[in-house]
Amino acid sequence: MTELPVALPDGLSQEQIDAEVAKVQAGADGGVHPPRDFPPYRSSTLRHPRQPLVPLRDPEAVELSGPAFGVTDVTALDRDLTRQHLGEPLGERITVSGRVTDRQGRPVRGQLVELWQANASGRYAHQLDQHPAPLDPNFTGFGRCLTDDDGSYSFTTIKPGAYPWRNHVNAWRPAHIHFSVFGTAFTQRLVTQMYFPGDPLFAYDPVLQSVTDLAARDRLVAAYDHDLSVPEWSLGYRWDIVLDGPSATLFEEDQ
Amino acid sequence: MSETRLIPRTRPMPRIPTPSQTVGPFYGYALPFTGGPEVAPVGHPDLITVHGYVYDGAGQPVPDALLETWQPAPDGSRSGAPGSLRHDPVTGQVIGRDGVGFTGFGRIATAADGHYAVRTLPPGGVPYLSVLVFARGLLHHLYTRAYLRPDPDDALLASLPADRRGTLLAAEERPGTYRFDIRLQGEGETVFLEFR
Ligand SMILES: [Fe+3]
Repeated sequence: MTELPVALPDGLSQEQIDAEVAKVQAGADGGVHPPRDFPPYRSSTLRHPRQPLVPLRDPEAVELSGPAFGVTDVTALDRDLTRQHLGEPLGERITVSGRVTDRQGRPVRGQLVELWQANASGRYAHQLDQHPAPLDPNFTGFGRCLTDDDGSYSFTTIKPGAYPWRNHVNAWRPAHIHFSVFGTAFTQRLVTQMYFPGDPLFAYDPVLQSVTDLAARDRLVAAYDHDLSVPEWSLGYRWDIVLDGPSATLFEEDQ
Repeated sequence: MSETRLIPRTRPMPRIPTPSQTVGPFYGYALPFTGGPEVAPVGHPDLITVHGYVYDGAGQPVPDALLETWQPAPDGSRSGAPGSLRHDPVTGQVIGRDGVGFTGFGRIATAADGHYAVRTLPPGGVPYLSVLVFARGLLHHLYTRAYLRPDPDDALLASLPADRRGTLLAAEERPGTYRFDIRLQGEGETVFLEFR
């Protein structure tokens, strides 16, 4: 197709976005998390606070504890996104596994991991996703599990496709899986995205590039792991998650 | 080989945390769950409602924000019962809490007009609910607190200038119903917190 299906209101080019990304990255302070004010991701413009966050170091803070989940909160089927419908979904079947730990490497046990994603064609099962790619009647793209005693989680799913979005002209998101993870404390809560190694779209994506530190950005990219691949069945990707933020136990040790 | 290997390490090296990324626009079929805003058992005599609107920097409602709340039980315990996402064992569908254990955890997506409401029980021992904000356009979530009363002994409230303190105070519209709006940016911008 040589024409854009829908004209963009102000038509920022990839080059303009790339230049803005380079500018922010050059002036970055080395933080691990993305700056909430990140102009190349245009939806951030009106949705970030202008006032600095108020620092709080309070051993009595409620946020140093967090919600608990258990056997009633997940079923054994929730971790297999390929078995939620009568038929098999289309696409490349994958196993995604890893460990959830805190910054000291201690496992986060019995906590909820949720993931959601587009199908193999790059389409979400969401009515507002207008990407003209096929929906898959055998794939919803949502799963849950609890971490085990080692902090490990594992999902069976389909490799998601890249998809266009309207941040700028010819904007494409690299293939990614959205993750939501709970720690032992509410302060460790994390919502993030996992990417696939070697994706040619990395350099063009302001969402991934919002993580200005290269080593931190690498944390978001899974590794192909042949030992996780299941013969005649699925390709394996390993992706470990390290939660930031204080917890009540961390605070005691740090004193 | 290298001398540094001889130095004992008393604790594992801190690792680089996994960076945050936006929740995006399409979490709606995944994260919200049946009964997410119903933290209190239906019809509980002490039930309170906390509700309000989420606004952006232009004063427009945010229709695709996701809020989470966390709080102690009325008796002050902070362990939180499991079962927020209780499943029907036959269909596998999430059917809501069992109405007995208090999980302390709420999850609420804003509606098309930016409105949210959570029905819960009064937190024990503290005057606030902890509130976490996710949204498309927000690369890293934001923490705030909805204070149900202006406790003069609360260290955080006391540390804030009067004009900003007000953004954390929920207004009791009528007995048991509290209004707490969240402004992500600009005039009346909500106080957001960073835990250290
Ligand atoms: Fe996405």
